Amino acid sequence: MRAWLAQHVRGFTATFARLARAPLGSALNILVIGIALSLPLGLYVVIDNLQASSQQIAAEPQVSAFMALDASRAEVAQIEARLKRSPRVQRFRFVPRDQALQEIKQASGLADIVDSLPQNPLPDAFIINARDSTPQSLEALRDEIRQWPRVAHVQLDAEWARRLDAALRLGRVLVAILGALLALALVAITFNTIRLQVLTQRDEIEVIKLIGATDGFIRRPFLYFGALQGCAGGVVAWLIASGGVYLLNRNLGELSHVYASLFQIRYLATGDGLSLLAIAATLGWFGAWLSVGRHLALIEPGNSK
Amino acid sequence: MISLSHVSKRYPGGYRALHDVGFTIDAGELVFITGPSGAGKTTLLKLLVAIERPSSGTVIVNGQNVGALTPRAVPFLRRNFGLVFQDHKLLFDRSVYDNVALPLQITGYGARDAARRVRAALDKVGLLNYEKALPVTLSGGEQQRLCIARAIVHRPAILLADEPTGNLDADYGAEIGELFRSFNQVGVTVVIATHDQTLLARLAPRVIALKHGELAT
Repeated sequence: MRAWLAQHVRGFTATFARLARAPLGSALNILVIGIALSLPLGLYVVIDNLQASSQQIAAEPQVSAFMALDASRAEVAQIEARLKRSPRVQRFRFVPRDQALQEIKQASGLADIVDSLPQNPLPDAFIINARDSTPQSLEALRDEIRQWPRVAHVQLDAEWARRLDAALRLGRVLVAILGALLALALVAITFNTIRLQVLTQRDEIEVIKLIGATDGFIRRPFLYFGALQGCAGGVVAWLIASGGVYLLNRNLGELSHVYASLFQIRYLATGDGLSLLAIAATLGWFGAWLSVGRHLALIEPGNSK
Repeated sequence: MISLSHVSKRYPGGYRALHDVGFTIDAGELVFITGPSGAGKTTLLKLLVAIERPSSGTVIVNGQNVGALTPRAVPFLRRNFGLVFQDHKLLFDRSVYDNVALPLQITGYGARDAARRVRAALDKVGLLNYEKALPVTLSGGEQQRLCIARAIVHRPAILLADEPTGNLDADYGAEIGELFRSFNQVGVTVVIATHDQTLLARLAPRVIALKHGELAT
């Protein structure tokens, strides 16, 4: 067991030594892998953020009906009664204008502006969930309510959220495709690096085969190298993505100052980042494994003479 | 320890390197395999360590049929041997110490144990003071002794040498002959392929003579 551990530790140190022996080449390789991985990673971060904010908006399509500003209580009650009767309406929520003002104050951070208003600019509103949420029936409902007295404006709320959602689904497919392609690229880069290493260390491999090294022993440092290179590439990708988020947030900071909103892009979650490293290391390992398996078989002591 | 019967080796293209060779080497023997260049000495050694497989016949080492070994088993066969090459096959990117430590690393020796053995082996061949040197800085004779240190560090049962004095002048040759004799005296089976007559005269070993790939009687 200790011997086994010692062998692995030695394999690992040998790997670091190998990385350090060609620092520029290693750094460039790692950079290439990092940049390749940062493309799908960045896209993933963006989509993750968009999705989070679109989820804050109701996923269920709603229709909002706004009363005229000067509508009286009786008129509002009349609309309420109509909504109760309407077969198209599943349920609805009445938002009195005072409450709406409070909500805005709390949700959007516009408190200063709201407080400075001479009067409440918001109308009473009904937020209606339709029984049938197909676009046609929603539009029919909107058109119906629009006819009712003292209703100033009717709006389909969730339409854009649904469109965003569809776009996000597309985006996720894009991330998957890009991710798969660049994972392949990572495997290919590792394959090639390891191929060159195996070829330059041909003599060494031949000698240690002659004195009784198992294939596992010979393969080990190359596999470590592949995994380590992949992992380092993952770290670079993580740094690039985080740097991107940082820069965006700094600029968004000014923007959101202007709007007094608190919109910030979130960094890649630690769990996701660690998975990224694990995946990158595994891919590197895999590329190295493919390469070593292929090229080691060609190096037999008997072949060179 | 080593036993060959009716061993032939033909290379692709029809060249016949060995034909119907058979002999037995017991544990603790000192044996020379002699013969002119092209007689099949090197091929014979290659068959023993499974670098080549016999075309027919059987090669038995330590009770194992070498020709029938799976590739996975070959490394473990080779660990029975210490190999000394004419061209040394040293690794020039690492120190004298690391070259000698290599067989121990392969078998997974602990570092402290390994250090003791490496120093003992270097001491044996008189290179203890060169531990940190790189092999390129050594003379031809010193490189050969380094190769021998690497071959014996893991205390193999059998020491195989292919033209160990081939590139050396006579003084160095004598030195190396003495080394082989001393290993043999502590019980190591030593098999040397050579056509070095002075070495032969000095060690007075049992001789297996080859000629055109056959045993010369």
